[in-house]
Amino acid sequence: MDLKLKIWRQKDSRSRGRFVNYFLREIDPDCSFLEMLDILNEQLISRNEEPVVFDHECREGICGSCSIYINGRPHGPDELTTVCQLHMRKFNHGDTIVIEPWRARSFPVIRDLMVDRSSFDTLIREGGYISVNTGTAPDANTIPVNRDDAVFAMDAAACIGCGACVAACKNASAMLFVGAKISHLASLPQGRVEARKRVQDMVAMMDALGFGNCTNTGACEVECPKGIKMANIVRLNREYLKSTL
Amino acid sequence: MGKLQSRIPEGHIAEKWNRFKSTQNLVNPANKRKLDVIVVGTGLAGSSAAASLAELGFKVKSFCYQDSPRRAHSISAQGGINAAKNYQNDGDSVFRLFYDTVKGGDFRSREANVYRLAEVSNQIIDHCVAQGVPFSREYGGLLDNRSFGGALVSRTFYAKGQTGQQLLLGAYQSLSRQIKAGNVTMYPRMEMFNLVVVEGKARGIIARDVITGKLHRFSAHAVVLATGGYGNVFFLSTLSMGSNVSAAWQCYRKGALFANPCFVQIHPTCIPVHGDYQSKLTLMSESLRNDGRIWVPKKKEDAARLQQGEIKGSQIPEEDRDYYLERRYPAFGNLVPRDVASRAAKERCDAGYGVNSTGRSVFLDFRDAIDRLGKDAIEAKYGNLFQMYEKITDDNPCEEPMMIYPAIHYNMGGLWVDYELQTTIPGLFAIGEVNFSDHGANRLGASALMQGLADGYFVLPYTIQNYLAHEIRVPRFPTDTPEFDNAEEEVRMRLEKLISVGGNATVDSLHKQLGHIMWEYIGMSRNKAGLVRAAEEIKKLQEQFWSDVKIPGRVEDLNPELQKADRLADFLELGILMAKDALHREESCGGHFREEYQTEEHEALRNDRDFAYVAAWEFTGPDREPELHREPLSFEHIQLKQRDYR
Amino acid sequence: MSLAGIFLILFLLVHLTINLLVILFDDPMVYNRAAHFMGNNIVIKIFEIVLIGGLLLHVIYALILQVQNWIARPRRYSKANFSSTSFFSKFMIHTAGVILAFLVIHFSDFYFRAKFGHAAEIVSDGVVYHDFATEVIDKFKMLPFVIIYIAAFLFLGFHLIHGFQSAFKTLGIENNRYAPVIQTLSVIYTVVVVAGFTAIPLVIYFM
Repeated sequence: MDLKLKIWRQKDSRSRGRFVNYFLREIDPDCSFLEMLDILNEQLISRNEEPVVFDHECREGICGSCSIYINGRPHGPDELTTVCQLHMRKFNHGDTIVIEPWRARSFPVIRDLMVDRSSFDTLIREGGYISVNTGTAPDANTIPVNRDDAVFAMDAAACIGCGACVAACKNASAMLFVGAKISHLASLPQGRVEARKRVQDMVAMMDALGFGNCTNTGACEVECPKGIKMANIVRLNREYLKSTL
Repeated sequence: MGKLQSRIPEGHIAEKWNRFKSTQNLVNPANKRKLDVIVVGTGLAGSSAAASLAELGFKVKSFCYQDSPRRAHSISAQGGINAAKNYQNDGDSVFRLFYDTVKGGDFRSREANVYRLAEVSNQIIDHCVAQGVPFSREYGGLLDNRSFGGALVSRTFYAKGQTGQQLLLGAYQSLSRQIKAGNVTMYPRMEMFNLVVVEGKARGIIARDVITGKLHRFSAHAVVLATGGYGNVFFLSTLSMGSNVSAAWQCYRKGALFANPCFVQIHPTCIPVHGDYQSKLTLMSESLRNDGRIWVPKKKEDAARLQQGEIKGSQIPEEDRDYYLERRYPAFGNLVPRDVASRAAKERCDAGYGVNSTGRSVFLDFRDAIDRLGKDAIEAKYGNLFQMYEKITDDNPCEEPMMIYPAIHYNMGGLWVDYELQTTIPGLFAIGEVNFSDHGANRLGASALMQGLADGYFVLPYTIQNYLAHEIRVPRFPTDTPEFDNAEEEVRMRLEKLISVGGNATVDSLHKQLGHIMWEYIGMSRNKAGLVRAAEEIKKLQEQFWSDVKIPGRVEDLNPELQKADRLADFLELGILMAKDALHREESCGGHFREEYQTEEHEALRNDRDFAYVAAWEFTGPDREPELHREPLSFEHIQLKQRDYR
Repeated sequence: MSLAGIFLILFLLVHLTINLLVILFDDPMVYNRAAHFMGNNIVIKIFEIVLIGGLLLHVIYALILQVQNWIARPRRYSKANFSSTSFFSKFMIHTAGVILAFLVIHFSDFYFRAKFGHAAEIVSDGVVYHDFATEVIDKFKMLPFVIIYIAAFLFLGFHLIHGFQSAFKTLGIENNRYAPVIQTLSVIYTVVVVAGFTAIPLVIYFM
């Protein structure tokens, strides 16, 4: 298929960016979106132009590195999919594809489609863990965990930290990311011990980092490549209120 | 022996680790905070080691080239993690896990290391549960287990199909806690480019800031390498795009020995290659072989029609299907170990029975399992894998058999380490996949996660103190010494040299060529003529690389092409060493199959008399042949025997 | 924000009940008496201040949050978000603006006049009442008033259909079991409020 790509090019966080048009011919529909960008970059390099910079790593949809806003949607048009698992058969011959980076104050652009998501790491450092030192744990089966709680925890823990929730949210809010971690840990008995402090610290940091506020639009849930549910935001709100009262 | 002191403690195998721990040197708490440790890599081994060392009180500097420590490739592991808990009451024990691992590794690993691994496996599960890793559970609230290849017991703990992710996030969270506490300084997007050796000891690294391209110096009392595997030397593999050998390779060039480089694991169930543009291969979990049956057509004309796309697999009647694994290995059937399953698939495809357009694929069929258990049961079990498969191939495995083919997956070889995980450079430690230690010539499923975490949580934090106890009088030292100057200058010159080649070939195009050579001659099966030829072809490619590679941009800038080129330069050297190692090992064992050494039934034929040793290679200079050192392997607790899965 | 919202949601029900008296009873005095009670009872008067406080809180919070949200994304996407999320959730601030404008009209029409005595008066059983009932009926005989009134309540409906269930989410009350219940309640409530309020001018206009 032949495609017209409208790609955001930006030298660094301080420069002004702009869209540049590229044309690609005879792209195999079985090729992944990132492989399509690889092909473009090979051509750019041969033409002595700067290749397009984007984050990518595992290319099997689990590391959370890839982060591209395609035709108005984070990770593109396919449901429950990261960019690396998005295939060109989801597009049509002759399509124009608009390709932008995540846009949020807390995710400044580094270059082109690559953004700085270290604010997510900062959030986890504020308490997104259970304080247990290596070697001090009791036998793994000492505390039984209700299976439904374990399943809920697992579904929340499936977050890959890609930032699509922030990118999708009209307010650039990080509530789904924080909510997923809060409710993962709060639904396990091991995580309850620190639950109060964790939610207070993480929410305070989330505000300090300049993420927007949640207005429950649900865009995050729709765009999350791992299907993390809004229920985690509700859980976060509940834990926060409980810890405040 | 000479250079290779394995430093295995005396005593019965079950007492060695305890004996070591009770007699080793330790560092007192006040001194710990005066000692710096560099940990390179933040996968399971790196994150867990950095967190554990920091908890003990050491000052840790942690490095990863990704934007966050959570992106390390351990995150992609699907299946599970082994431990000898015996929660299923099915007769598991530390000894049995030890035995299975040594046997699965085709008797090319060190008994004492593997026994220790089996011993600490239980603590890993305890610790991870305490960290909040959401392992799958039974209705009673206790932990669930599943079975995996190469074992007669169910000892694999798992978190859906995302065990690696959950374990890594556990370690990442512990690491985050220590960063917050100020005991770890985290350097993301900072890639190690050189090791600094001062008076024979590893004392620091030179790293390049991926964003600015500037070089930075870091000093420490010890350096820990946890940089993973080198499978990307094959270009196409199940590894992540950035996985590379460069950090380990620089250490090799600085004097650390590289052991068994030719031991590469090829995973039998991956989605086959489908085009030239392809950048990576995707694994389909080994667990699929529990219910899927592997077959190719009996008749060549059926295969030809499949390759032409004239018919679909489901149209071929039962009597015309060749379930070749069940035919050849009636006892283990579709659940033979990875190396055996991979070779059998290649054998059928080489004979012309491949089922996709490239002729390099076999079927993995769930038809019978769906008939037996129902579609819902199968979808509940493998739903996420089926979705992933459908996303990539646009085929529904419930209707059409999956097409799979083996792909490069894991490296058993790596930096040589002694029992204390120290390389031949004092003060340089290697943990996780980057070392060679525990899997011999073939790794069993669900053992990589176990080894990475065992090294990081429970082994290195002890053994490194045996070294650091002698360093307590060494104050923190500056980085403006001649050794750091030289190490940085080496990197700068190399990068300048790379960018100034100014040729016409893109890095990826050269890397693909290397991949073809590697896969053709040093892949699933190898022979003398092919290995000799591979080394020659790689050398030619190496010349082309250094005269014709094209890298846009500047050195001191964000430059992904430069990063890739630097890694490729090392892969080219590694490829030559792999060919050499594979050539010298005149036997077949585990993932290393030499066509000259096979039984009449085409099974691997080991030669324990001449090759029951670890082959560790020493770098002797850029244009000189590496020197081979042998560490003999003695088996006191397990009897050596030919593996037989029939 | 959500607490003030839920408070206003409750108030709307009370308000609706009283308004419906106009069309439910032929005798305009029922409505006038109710309005009189609301206007003179000391408890209600205190409540009135609380109500205005609640409204102000809701508005001020909304403004602060909205500004923060705009700052959180300094540069917009060039291609709009296609996410198939609830449509009205994206336009809360816009619907709020319309409702606020209507409130200004509403206050100047009824509330201030009631307070500062420009309304017509009627005497019943020796007590002087404002004759709001007649005034309402007169107003709603005029088509422009009817249209403005109905339009305003449609916007209020758009606002409520998201706001109702959103408030519960923010308060952490919803979980998987209650979620469908709250969703349904949210729709029922919105339909009742909008239908109830818009029924009044329609009934009067076509009476």
